Amino acid sequence: MSTTLEPPGTPAPPVPHPGIKGAAVRRGDRLFVGLSRGAGVLILVTMAAIAVFLIWKSIPGLQANTANFFTTAEWFPDQKPSVFGIAALTFGTLMTAGIAMLLAVPVGVGIALFIAHYASRRLASTLGFVTDLLAAVPSIIFGMWGIQYLTPHLVGLGQWLNDYLGFIPLFANEAGIYSRSILNAGIVLAIMILPTISAITREVFVQTPRAHIEAALALGATRWEMVRMAIFPFSRPGMISASMLGLGRALGETIAVALMLSATYDINIHITQPGGITFASNIALKWNEAGTIGLSALVASGLVLFVITLAVNMAARLVIARRAEFSGAN
Amino acid sequence: MAKRIDVTDLDIYYGAFKAVEGVTFSVEPRSVTALIGPSGCGKSTVLRTLNRMHEVIPGAYADGSVLLDGEDVYGSDVDPVNVRRTIGMVFQRPNPFPTMSIKDNVLAGLKLQSGRRPKSEMETVVERSLRGANLWDEVKDRLDRPGASLSGGQQQRLCIARAIAVEPQVLLMDEPCSALDPISTLAIEDLIEELKERYTIVIVTHNMQQAARVSDTTAFFNLAGVGKPGRLIEIAATQVMFSNPTQQATEDYISGRFG
Repeated sequence: MSTTLEPPGTPAPPVPHPGIKGAAVRRGDRLFVGLSRGAGVLILVTMAAIAVFLIWKSIPGLQANTANFFTTAEWFPDQKPSVFGIAALTFGTLMTAGIAMLLAVPVGVGIALFIAHYASRRLASTLGFVTDLLAAVPSIIFGMWGIQYLTPHLVGLGQWLNDYLGFIPLFANEAGIYSRSILNAGIVLAIMILPTISAITREVFVQTPRAHIEAALALGATRWEMVRMAIFPFSRPGMISASMLGLGRALGETIAVALMLSATYDINIHITQPGGITFASNIALKWNEAGTIGLSALVASGLVLFVITLAVNMAARLVIARRAEFSGAN
Repeated sequence: MAKRIDVTDLDIYYGAFKAVEGVTFSVEPRSVTALIGPSGCGKSTVLRTLNRMHEVIPGAYADGSVLLDGEDVYGSDVDPVNVRRTIGMVFQRPNPFPTMSIKDNVLAGLKLQSGRRPKSEMETVVERSLRGANLWDEVKDRLDRPGASLSGGQQQRLCIARAIAVEPQVLLMDEPCSALDPISTLAIEDLIEELKERYTIVIVTHNMQQAARVSDTTAFFNLAGVGKPGRLIEIAATQVMFSNPTQQATEDYISGRFG
């Protein structure tokens, strides 16, 4: 039989096999490695540049200062002799951020938990969308809303705290004025960091492996016991980093706090009374009218804020790393 | 300790989809019953309805009756949480809690039921459960290490220890060996042999030899086609099922001439 299915003609020339020899380095690989390495280095360089700038520019102010930089609660850097210190800033910043965290972390985690594991699918997506929107509201809006609308409505809370918890100096209000207080600023900050915390914790909550959830339920856990047994432990590192991101924003928030607080420079332990100041708002308020030493002094306070936020982040990472073995990532 | 299960005329739905239809069978106390059948035939679904774990999936519900020693598991006055405390479960993939130590994993169910107990009592339970799961000798020196640090087979035995720590009446196993190597599988099979002295065991498996090795009774499930509900085709003593099944479909499936 000489029939063939192939059409007559010359057979296709054999494709030359490339063989296994050749340079092991490809240009594309090399380029990509260079780019990604460069991006990594750039971050480090930027961080270092900021640190160097802050230290360099703060030296003249710190040298001119005749008071203790850390314990003084006054800010007259451009006077002769120059007197300034960050005690009031440290207090105000930690106090407002602390109040914000105290309010926002439980509520944010609660919102995230509800969206991730309790709400119906439709309600969950709506709520998730709304919390994400809240994160997009500019801080100046929060500041204006806080001072115009929220402050008058918080008078009752301040009075209640004074009436019933006034024996604690923190809540006592001797002035009888309840606006522009650290408490009010902290509450606005709490609202501002709420979406950050709830959006990130929600993401982590929904990633809890189904196997862990079913393991808890099959042991006879109720819904809440399942949450504590499977979801919280799995999500712990994520919840910590979410809180730290929120704390970072609360510590550094400038304009809303500048609007909410009265611009007095003192340590005011009565958190329902007017008064108090933070690092960021102090810099924003004083920058334009500061002299040479004044600017340097403000940069020095910025350096402290920089160090505080770095320390907060590192502490968070340490907490996460300490239990990495148990993290569930393996 | 061990209780019998009577399933009567069970239909199981996922929303509008009828996944399983008209299943009736009984499980004797202190016996091993294997549920076999092709993928999608509903055997895992049936297993999950025995301790109401299917309710975890939104829209899933069951119609029919499941009696545990005559008590209706689906009765209006029955709390599914209590059902699951009575009927333990082991899953296809080992799922120890990764954030807990080996010891805490074993105690997880116990702490749910009765809160903290004296330390000595806890330690007794840990040792008894791990011995019961043939894991004690391998982990007794590292009870505070994470459960996830164990091998797959050890993790699965840890899950079994966790399930038996609360002294359940029934132990359900959903393809407990399908993610394990042959040696770990053998260890689990030996364990099942020992566990049936004390517990009623229902096991879903894709492995025919496993069903033949470990079970006293075998139930074969099949489905008429994609989108059709799964049905129980035949249930009988394992020896009979593997040597002399009454249904052609059973014989085809068991001998590998399926589909």
